[in-house]
Amino acid sequence: MDFYRAQVLCCGGTGCTSSGSGEIIKRFEEQIVKFGLDKEIKIVRTGCFGLCAAGPVVIVYPEGTFYSHVRVEDVDEIVSEHLLKGRIVKHLTYQDKERGEEQHLSLESIGFYQKQKRIVLRNCGVIDPENIDEYIAFDGYKALEKVLTSMKPAEVIQVVLDSGLRGRGGAGFPTGLKWKFAAASKGEQKYMVCNADEGDPGAFMDRSVLEGDPHAVLEAMTIAGFAVGATEGYIYVRAEYPIAVKRLEIAIKQAREYGLLGKNILGSGFDFDISIRLGAGAFVCGEETALMASIEGMRGEPRSKPPFPAVKGLFAMPTNINNVETFANIPQIIINGADWFRSIGTEKSTGTKVFALGGKINNTGLVEIPMGTKLREIIYDIGGGIPGGKKFKAVQTGGPSGGCIPAELLDIPIEYDTLTQIGSMMGSGGMIVMDEDNCMVDIARFFLDFTVDESCGKCTPCRIGTRRMLEILDRIVNGKGVEGDLEKLERLGRNIKATALCGLGQTAPNPVLSTIHYFRDEYEAHIRDKRCPAHHCQALLNFYITDKCRGCTACAKVCPADAITGVVKERHVIDTTKCIKCGSCVEKCRFGAIEKR
Amino acid sequence: MKSIAELEAIRQKTLERVAYRKDADSDIRVVVGMATCGIAAGARPVMLAFMDEIRKRNLQNVTVSQTGCIGMCRLEPMVDVIVPGQGKVTYVKLNPNMVPRIVTEHIVNGNPVLEYSIGASEDQ
Repeated sequence: MDFYRAQVLCCGGTGCTSSGSGEIIKRFEEQIVKFGLDKEIKIVRTGCFGLCAAGPVVIVYPEGTFYSHVRVEDVDEIVSEHLLKGRIVKHLTYQDKERGEEQHLSLESIGFYQKQKRIVLRNCGVIDPENIDEYIAFDGYKALEKVLTSMKPAEVIQVVLDSGLRGRGGAGFPTGLKWKFAAASKGEQKYMVCNADEGDPGAFMDRSVLEGDPHAVLEAMTIAGFAVGATEGYIYVRAEYPIAVKRLEIAIKQAREYGLLGKNILGSGFDFDISIRLGAGAFVCGEETALMASIEGMRGEPRSKPPFPAVKGLFAMPTNINNVETFANIPQIIINGADWFRSIGTEKSTGTKVFALGGKINNTGLVEIPMGTKLREIIYDIGGGIPGGKKFKAVQTGGPSGGCIPAELLDIPIEYDTLTQIGSMMGSGGMIVMDEDNCMVDIARFFLDFTVDESCGKCTPCRIGTRRMLEILDRIVNGKGVEGDLEKLERLGRNIKATALCGLGQTAPNPVLSTIHYFRDEYEAHIRDKRCPAHHCQALLNFYITDKCRGCTACAKVCPADAITGVVKERHVIDTTKCIKCGSCVEKCRFGAIEKR
Repeated sequence: MKSIAELEAIRQKTLERVAYRKDADSDIRVVVGMATCGIAAGARPVMLAFMDEIRKRNLQNVTVSQTGCIGMCRLEPMVDVIVPGQGKVTYVKLNPNMVPRIVTEHIVNGNPVLEYSIGASEDQ
């Protein structure tokens, strides 16, 4: 048996990898050899720990010491002090500066993790995702054993139905019901598809699961295949996720070697195999019919439903499609039972949901919380609040298809239905926090710009309608908005929602409609007063020099447009007709004398 | 192809290796003084002897960790063995040959080796 007295877990998720965790792991390996510790200490590359803002992250067990923002230079000190002499390097451990807390020595004591409930992410940051044995050790493939040896397909579906699990991809359709439809369909071949085309630019929970716990998805797909009678599975994952793709490939290979994929799995007579299909990153390919078209090798365009995929899906055969996060719940539900799952979350939204926290928030990262948690708890208790003491303005959930939620609604519980009621949606779980410096009109324009770009062009409402909306928004942020623009936007938005072919178009107006609903005064300020209340929209800003000016001439020298004039030691003046609003003078001024108005 | 029994064997075997990423409260802890004084006195071979013995006997729920100087440098190499519920026993002036006995009598059978302990040493 291998016995290591200490294990060093380094995050190998995309976030930490891009901030240099690969180099750090290499350095650890070199250093432990140098000190002759390589027989005593094991270096493990894991998936994402979630607290990406603190990355690269390193955890040392058995103590559970949590090192954050680790640099390659720090590795030598951790090895020579902590690993060799057993002295924790306190100044490198995690500290919640906003709260003025003491340095934290272990992961569990951190506010970020205390309110979380990790089911989907339970193995992320704990196991080595490239080692099937570690997954097996943490109850991996136990659910598959249970299903194949003691359950009938209908029983599996019943457990998932009873659990109340709803699709985590966004729409929230009951997963058990989907399986039931696919099981009831007749066809010579049935398919199981995993939607890993995480298109929302702010969301990365699916990537994190694939990177940190790929076997959980393989196991769940096999269970689902058994339940609905599918023998072939596809994982449709975007090529922009190279680490996830690589770990999936390794995982599939290992599962085949162990006979957990392939013919006659665990001697049960059930055959199931999975292959990977890479997507080119089109947002519309997250829509199930477009996704299937793309797998078939055709252009990724949606078609009208019905027929639903359960009846006529991939290669015109009955197909079941679930999202990565949905699948990642399945093994736990099978092992612990439907009642256990129902005991977490709320009555209509059971279990947990993973959110990708981003924007103006201290703890950027992935959080998994029980459904029904209040937005306020996520943003302040887990997310650590807004940086720089700024005021919270709104939170955008559901990515480009979702809506903005203002401060007065922060105490609503997070559930599928409550979010839809207030004009947003659960969506994929992106959660972008905005503070007083964000202009809501510009935010709406930003998201709409994304969907206009990503519209496949098949149906008119989405292709032309969203572009017309974008043109109106462009006009407004450039100070050329006219009376009646808001009414036009609302009418167009409602029509697009009602008539677009697929989910992309049907939800594209959401960011605009919800910001008009909650922040109408900001729109009106842009249109009527030609003023941006958040001082964000360049076209509506003017720069002024106040009487704090000492006449140092720094601003005049840096101005690329020669718009600033003045005599030494006297107050300078900006010619607003020449000013190109680049902001160079504001950066240069040492007296804070230049204001945006 | 693996059978269910084989999977269970892999599960148990790997669990031994990864278990303390889960819950370390119930573990027996062997804490070796590894400050400069300890290292100079030969703490490293002692620690390696502990690891070797644990490996040979395939012991579970034992962790070996290090600590700094506790101020009695003349008694190094020092090792604390902490069995949950039984308190701490401090062994002093150890060498690798003494380790197998501590592992057998104390860690496996629960009887501290009093003659190696700090009390015995200081009484002399």
